[in-house]
Amino acid sequence: MNIITLVKQAPDTTQLSGSLDGLKLLAEGAPRVLNPWDEYALETALQLVEAHGGSVTALMVGPAAATETLRTALAMGANQAVLVDDPALAAADTLATARTLAAAIGKLAPFDLIIGGRAGIEGNTGATAIQTAALLNLPLVSYVAALKTVDPAARTLTAVRLLDNERQIVETPLPALLTVVKEINEPRFPTFMQLRKAKKATIPTWNLADIGLTAAEVAPQVSWLAELPPAGQARLELIEGSPAQAAAQLVERLSKQQII
Amino acid sequence: MSHTIFVWIEPTHGAVDPIAWEALAAARSVAGERPVVGLLPGPAEQPAAAEAIQRGADRVLLIDEPALPQLQTEPFAAAVVQLMQNHPPAVLIVGATAAGLELAAVVAARLGVGLATNCTALSFDGDQLVATRPALAGNVIAAVSGPQVVTLRRRALEAQPLDAARSGPIEALPPLSAAIEAAVRIIGTEPADHQVSLANARVIVAGGRGVGGPAGFEPLQALAQELGGAVGASRAAVDAGWIPYAHQVGQTGQVVQPELYIACGISGSIQHLAGMKTAKTIVAINTDPAAPIFKYAHYGIVGDLFEVVPALTEAIKQRSG
Repeated sequence: MNIITLVKQAPDTTQLSGSLDGLKLLAEGAPRVLNPWDEYALETALQLVEAHGGSVTALMVGPAAATETLRTALAMGANQAVLVDDPALAAADTLATARTLAAAIGKLAPFDLIIGGRAGIEGNTGATAIQTAALLNLPLVSYVAALKTVDPAARTLTAVRLLDNERQIVETPLPALLTVVKEINEPRFPTFMQLRKAKKATIPTWNLADIGLTAAEVAPQVSWLAELPPAGQARLELIEGSPAQAAAQLVERLSKQQII
Repeated sequence: MSHTIFVWIEPTHGAVDPIAWEALAAARSVAGERPVVGLLPGPAEQPAAAEAIQRGADRVLLIDEPALPQLQTEPFAAAVVQLMQNHPPAVLIVGATAAGLELAAVVAARLGVGLATNCTALSFDGDQLVATRPALAGNVIAAVSGPQVVTLRRRALEAQPLDAARSGPIEALPPLSAAIEAAVRIIGTEPADHQVSLANARVIVAGGRGVGGPAGFEPLQALAQELGGAVGASRAAVDAGWIPYAHQVGQTGQVVQPELYIACGISGSIQHLAGMKTAKTIVAINTDPAAPIFKYAHYGIVGDLFEVVPALTEAIKQRSG
């Protein structure tokens, strides 16, 4: 099976525990890693190729520096990685990114499966992979929590989708695009040897012209007007006393405000 | 010309997901003179059509597809795209469920228009829709200008109460063309564990590392049951295998906005806070007074959750008894 995984870069929020300043996260120099959701997509692809043969390509739209993040994907086991970087993509919205991915996928074809994560933790829009499927007119199976059967010969797979109020079992023909949720697997850690090998790998970078797009085709439809700091922090009232006293006081306060 | 505001009304298991009524309230909050049109899959006789009018729609259009007993994105997105093309300029508001996000994303891609997801507030700036949405794990609130399709975060707005005085037409659209066939076939469904259902819960009692093991969730279950709420968990507790992933709140779990969030033995990592810090009232129970969760809590109790949580359950029982 030839599988393309859609990956992106994200700020490493584990480095910032205790320091909850989102604007600091945005600042340049904040450590950036493989978007956590995409690790599950990559792991899904790697397991499928281990079972059925084939190759995994990690595809990313991002700045030149994101090449380093693609090395993580290679170290995990992806056979090749491709970066799409162009100045016209600096303010890309989800549709512009989806158009770019769709064009790059066209250049990487043929493929059996495209797998993306649920969302990027940064913008948390969760739409790019879905829109990529729509643009490519590919069958879409989103929020996959488990793969029940994968039959490369019959070119079908069945999957369990995790929706708000139900789990849905669906069958799709291949090629198709999947997005996966965390429940699907436990992503592997790269070994030292793999990390060393990935450091030396050549990662091609394509610009818009390489994939047959113009800047006008990826002009963003939405613009970010302002970034406001989130609403002020709560004012903490510490409730003291024995567990029974504290519990009684808390229940009284919550009742008074009609919260319970 | 002023916009037509379409609102997607997502049915779920024969009823309407309450997020649809919140989406209608969002539409009304920005509508002014603009018409608000509810889009409801299914037959006309369903009570949801009349309820949509009473909750704020001026008109309801039914997308009745006997050939599609279950909601599938591709054919319904095609119907919505056609409607929006026939009524320019148009915007679409969809509740941010998993299925709703998928529909919204596909519609925006097919129309080639801007999309803003998980929005918490909407406004019009002249002819431009402006959406407010949290980004960066909730640490930044961004205003996005120009989207024509938005999804609305669950519980961001209150649904409007039923208004029996409201009336409006309920019309069935002609069936979709047979050419729009879904490639993906639904072969079965299993109901989600309703004990979990974090998204709609008014109250969430959540446990983290401090819970110590699967059995440690029992007092939390008891408190949640007493409050009519659901049980949540931090990633640490889920990764340790103490409780299934469906309970996880946070960056790689669910984003929730309950009236009351009781964090028990949760230190308050940035990843967990991303999922719950917009809860209306946050209570933190933790043995460590320096735990970051206290910075985001309205009420804090420094103490052992295994003493405090049962005491809370008892205090609530006494109050109701």
